[in-house]
Amino acid sequence: MTSVANSTGGAGALPAPAAEPGKSVTGTRLWVAVLFLLPAFVLLGALVVYPIGYSIWRSLYDADGSGFVGLKNYGDIFANDATLTAVRNTAIWVAVAPAIVTALGLIFAVLTERVRWGTAFKLIVFMPMAISMLAAGIIFRLVYEQDPNLGAANAVAKSIHDTFVSSSVYPNARPNAAVSDLKPSGGGSFTTTGTVRAGTPAMLPLVGIAPNKLPGSPENARTASGSGVTGTVWLDFKLGGGGTKGKVDPGEKALKGVKVEAVKGGKVVASAKSGADGTFTLPASADGARLRLPASNFSAPYNGIDWLGPTLVTPAIIGAYVWMWAGFAMVLIAAGLAGVDRNLLEAARVDGANEWQVFRRVTVPLLAPVLVVVLITLMINVMKIFDLVYIIAPQPSQDDANVLALQLFLSSFGGGGNEGVGSAIGVILLLLVLPVMFVNIRRLRRERQR
Amino acid sequence: MTTLDTAVRGRRSFASRVASGAAGGVLRIFLILVALFWLVPTFGLLVSSFRDPTDIATSGWWKVFTAPSQLTAKSYQSLLEKDAITHAFFNTIWITVPATLLVVLLGAMAGYAFAWMDFKGRDWWFLVVVALLVVPVQVALIPLADLFGKIGIFGDIIGVVLFHVGFGLPFAIFLLRNFFAEIPRELLEAARLDGAGETRLFLTVVLPLGAPAIASLGIFQFLWVWNDMLVALVFSNAESQPLTVALQQQVRQFGNNIDVLAPGAFISMVVPLVVFFAFQRQFVSGVMAGAVK
Repeated sequence: MTSVANSTGGAGALPAPAAEPGKSVTGTRLWVAVLFLLPAFVLLGALVVYPIGYSIWRSLYDADGSGFVGLKNYGDIFANDATLTAVRNTAIWVAVAPAIVTALGLIFAVLTERVRWGTAFKLIVFMPMAISMLAAGIIFRLVYEQDPNLGAANAVAKSIHDTFVSSSVYPNARPNAAVSDLKPSGGGSFTTTGTVRAGTPAMLPLVGIAPNKLPGSPENARTASGSGVTGTVWLDFKLGGGGTKGKVDPGEKALKGVKVEAVKGGKVVASAKSGADGTFTLPASADGARLRLPASNFSAPYNGIDWLGPTLVTPAIIGAYVWMWAGFAMVLIAAGLAGVDRNLLEAARVDGANEWQVFRRVTVPLLAPVLVVVLITLMINVMKIFDLVYIIAPQPSQDDANVLALQLFLSSFGGGGNEGVGSAIGVILLLLVLPVMFVNIRRLRRERQR
Repeated sequence: MTTLDTAVRGRRSFASRVASGAAGGVLRIFLILVALFWLVPTFGLLVSSFRDPTDIATSGWWKVFTAPSQLTAKSYQSLLEKDAITHAFFNTIWITVPATLLVVLLGAMAGYAFAWMDFKGRDWWFLVVVALLVVPVQVALIPLADLFGKIGIFGDIIGVVLFHVGFGLPFAIFLLRNFFAEIPRELLEAARLDGAGETRLFLTVVLPLGAPAIASLGIFQFLWVWNDMLVALVFSNAESQPLTVALQQQVRQFGNNIDVLAPGAFISMVVPLVVFFAFQRQFVSGVMAGAVK
């Protein structure tokens, strides 16, 4: 259990300190060295070095490799909408995901230091590193499932939403156009064409729902009476038919809780909700107003967030990535934290710094080298992100979630049939990691000279 | 340290102790919530893999808390009867095992040569290896697809294995050379005095002493290949595809086939998770060192 906490991993983006290699103890003959190196170098040459050259060469030719096109493929990447989306999304990934992962890793590493079961916590958060991006993708497809009855994310979203916003009571109800003078008045609301008078109850019949589908146990509707501004909202239909349209017939059910607004000159002057028997009473000021049933009565039930729709698909996939990689950042940072001199932290506390100040002014600066390594490693990783996007983004949103590595695959293997553009994307990915390659080499040479 | 610690603590007022106690409570609750947040997605898939397809289609997996009788191993049963899936599972093994062994063996040989043999341009060759560390696999997809097509191994397991070996070697050589270089020179000289040649030195001294690094590398490479989807997606065909590719094809109809995807994903996760829990130390150091891939 302790190994996660104790292990000090090597560096991610930067090579571990290299010990000075020894002089041979045998006085090796050259052919022995060649024998030991040859298999690896033949494979590296054929499988890594040769492809780099081939990609660069191939990126200068057209789709089927027959015509030389110069840098046109590179221009096309930035001219074509699909590839441009991929470029933009990759930029978003690189800018956002490593920062979130590193920040979370830092927070978790610092917080778990003071909890006895910190190691168990680390184990849980690190576990997703063991599984494939495919499995993580399937896990999150299930989490992001649209139907709140099936997807956990929307189940949570819906229960939070319904706690704060009461959902509409009668989503599909509408006035009976033939007998009611309620007419659609834009945005899903309905307004009477005539005005209401005190002493003459307004009749607001609705249809469109089956009486046995009404929520709860509805009472029978009653025609409103009295001298005030009153009326009835009811379901002008009963099972088996019969009755007069526009009249409250015995057995027809009341529609409870429907909001009724009195509108004068385009302004709402009063509003009321229908009671259990469907009747409502408006104040005298509503006399002569038109009655409106606002759209909130009829809006469709809240159906959760469209996680994998065009707008949210990239953030949603980044969420899955954060879930996978936060443990990586946490363990590397925790290893760095274990090497921090406690005296420095304690000295700051003695000087009266509060925990936040100690964290901000002492811990974070001391950890800066580790944080940089984590950030760079994650950036390299995120540039090449493929599996998660390919698995989580559903077909209709794939274009919106597109990233460079996915576009490379789609251009060349997924039916695109254009190896020219694919190769150009590959070369761009290589160019993006070149700075890290140089940093690695420079570090190595510096260590040699010491 | 302890004396300073107690001294500081002793000076703390009662109020600040209450405050820090409350903060500790908030901290614990926060961490428990985070841990739940990390567990729930996987747990949801696990539960789903043990439900009937009709239940999956009509209600969320959390339903089993109120209806535990829904749990059934039916999905696993019918999945294991699907030849395509079991075949793909064995392909995963046939790809992963050779790709891991070859990388470890060839990487150790080259790492040893770089650490303990004299030859011209040794440092320059090693720089080349370091430069290749961060080359993205994507660069090689198209060139190797063309090359393998020409020599007739496109679609074969051997092509997938070769690809993984090529891209596993730079990290293997780098890691093992650094580890081997720290083997005490006296040990090698002593063996040499006993009359051991390079091969025997390599096999009887370097490999056993390098076991910790070899284990980390082996585990990292094993998981990398086992979990790979992209390389296999390009280089395997219906006959040679590993489990990840077979499952990926099912994702298109996501929603109607969770009874295939959920148990399938779990079967593919079992091996990495066992490795994770059995070899935590090597696993973590391997992943940490190799994440740059």
